[in-house]
Amino acid sequence: MIVFYMDNNLYLPENEILRVEDLVVKFYTYAGVVHAVSGVSFYVKNGEAIALVGETGCGKTVTTRAITRLIESPGRVESGRALFRRPNGVVVDLLKVDPETLREIRGKEIAYIFQDPTSALDPLYTIGFHIHETIAEHSKNIKKKYTFKKAVELLRQALIPNPEVRVKNYPHEMSGGMRQRSVIAISLSNSPRLLIADEPTTNLDVTIQAQILDLLRGLQEQYKMGVILITHNLGIVAEMANRVYVMYAGKIVEEGTTEQIFYNPQHPYTKLLLRAVPDPTKRVEKLESIPGVVPSLINPPLGCRFHPRCPFATTKCASEEPPMIQVENEHRVSCWLFEKS
Amino acid sequence: MEFMYKALKKVIWLYANAREKFSPGWITKNSSRIREWELMAYAYSKSPIGVVGGIIVFIVFILSVIGPMISWEPYWEYKIVINESYRYMPPCLPPSCSGNPLLGTDEWGRDVLAMSLYGMRISFVISIVVVLLGAPLGIILGLLAGYKGGLIDEVLMRVTDIFLAFPGLVLAIAFASVLPQRLRGVLEANSALRVFFASLFGLREAEYGQIAALLSIWFAMVIVWWPGYARIVRGSTLSVKEMPFIEAAKLSGLSTWSILFRHLLPNVISPILVMMTFDIATATLFAAALSFLGLGPQEPVPELGFMISKAGQFFPERSSHVVIYLGSLLLFIAIGWNLLGDALRDILDPRTRRAIEYRLEKEKKKRG
Repeated sequence: MIVFYMDNNLYLPENEILRVEDLVVKFYTYAGVVHAVSGVSFYVKNGEAIALVGETGCGKTVTTRAITRLIESPGRVESGRALFRRPNGVVVDLLKVDPETLREIRGKEIAYIFQDPTSALDPLYTIGFHIHETIAEHSKNIKKKYTFKKAVELLRQALIPNPEVRVKNYPHEMSGGMRQRSVIAISLSNSPRLLIADEPTTNLDVTIQAQILDLLRGLQEQYKMGVILITHNLGIVAEMANRVYVMYAGKIVEEGTTEQIFYNPQHPYTKLLLRAVPDPTKRVEKLESIPGVVPSLINPPLGCRFHPRCPFATTKCASEEPPMIQVENEHRVSCWLFEKS
Repeated sequence: MEFMYKALKKVIWLYANAREKFSPGWITKNSSRIREWELMAYAYSKSPIGVVGGIIVFIVFILSVIGPMISWEPYWEYKIVINESYRYMPPCLPPSCSGNPLLGTDEWGRDVLAMSLYGMRISFVISIVVVLLGAPLGIILGLLAGYKGGLIDEVLMRVTDIFLAFPGLVLAIAFASVLPQRLRGVLEANSALRVFFASLFGLREAEYGQIAALLSIWFAMVIVWWPGYARIVRGSTLSVKEMPFIEAAKLSGLSTWSILFRHLLPNVISPILVMMTFDIATATLFAAALSFLGLGPQEPVPELGFMISKAGQFFPERSSHVVIYLGSLLLFIAIGWNLLGDALRDILDPRTRRAIEYRLEKEKKKRG
């Protein structure tokens, strides 16, 4: 096995757990080919949290679904690699591994938290059973007694009050926040190396949001997991992430550390996005917004995909695609404004 | 229908207490499950037709199980051999007449009431087993077709279509006319099998030729029975498999098999259970229809459909009592299962059950 993978020249730097290169995902619909993700590359270091930020429909979720191989017809992963280091040190390409290995990786080494906690739980089973199932599927001959004890432990970590009783509860007997916390507990049941959290706080109110974020951060430190956080809430990004990738219309337009993105945004889209966040301490007459709409991904604009809405657009932007240009250490931006002549 | 609720509650708690004895703390841990059961019992006891159906099915079940043992006349003894006047005796109901068989006799002079006890066992066994064999076959194929999609779905569903398009009765007739000879040979060679089926149908071991005919009806019905289930299960699977919890199950690394049987099947099972209860009634009638056409067992086996068809030759002058009684018996069985199925539909649908739960809470508040 190891020889086979090495032959394929899968090199991953020692401090990284996941590296996605040039991921392209297209959906072949009746209306035409949707270029949902076009050439996205990013990496996650050990124990680091990155955030994918962007408007609705910019391809954040599709990216992570492609990594976990959840894209189904009519969607197709056209090209790209997703190198992942397994706990035994072997590096695999998640887009090419055989189904059996994929099954071992899913749920044990990579865990996924869904947007909607209400429907991510099977209504017919208790929370404890969900945890039991996730553990038992990956380690044979495990006793139910042991997994339920573990479940109580996990639920306690996930700040669920009275876990001994809650472990036997069905999803409908819990509130939304508790369900989301149990989903987190389930995803942590095998101590994964990488956690993908797809808008984990979208359906929750602000106080619970804060609790969940605290919880995720604490658990991330405790388990030393890599975390991919998908969100359009910039507050959450500032709270959680070490590095940020800003996505627009299926491409990454800017990447950098959280400080770089927040204090020194370079791409016009990032700047406008940050301006659109309302300041709760000031009274505003009209909320800021970015003029125009997200372009249709069936016929994405030529050149830079943001140029129709960009206040600084030039003729070059409309015809040629900008490359990734390094502006600072670890801070790269895809925009012609920063081209060094 | 308070008594039904109390009785069911007693059964539930009997079970819970038994579990508690083996593993202390079971009741507190499983309180949600017990509450759900109690709610089901309450929902069931609130529907009068369901209770009536349940009682009928219970009576039919008991009579079918003990029928051949308590039947006071052996079906293989023809009384007309002793006295020709036993043929088609009219019913003899207590106030005006006594001493003779209560519901009259058939053409061989046998007590119709006693014969119908044998008949009930036969039709009960056939109908239950047909549904219990046919439904799982359809469920597995439907689950596979719905979940896998693509080519597998296409092939499985076209085969299902072929079976659905083919008239079930004709297919059953074809099977019932070819199979018995072969099954007869098998039974002749294997005495253990012979004893097993004879005791299952409540017949004598010597009638293995007739048992072979019954088995071939049985087989024919299983063959035509599964397509309906395959179709319904596939339909429900298509909608359930899009639910995020199925994706979540995939992402926790579950195998296809455990997703199918642990997450998909339990979520589509309630319409199937309802359909199964309805189908037991249909299967009873279908089996009777097949033997009415002469495809089932022959003399002396007192199969309900076969006895009706025999009596039909002298209908209505001499044999109307036989036809009316056995016909009503079939109707009774069919109505029982149908009423039960109707009530099950209300209980198994979580939406209607929630409404009932709400009503229960209101009632509790009223009581104080």
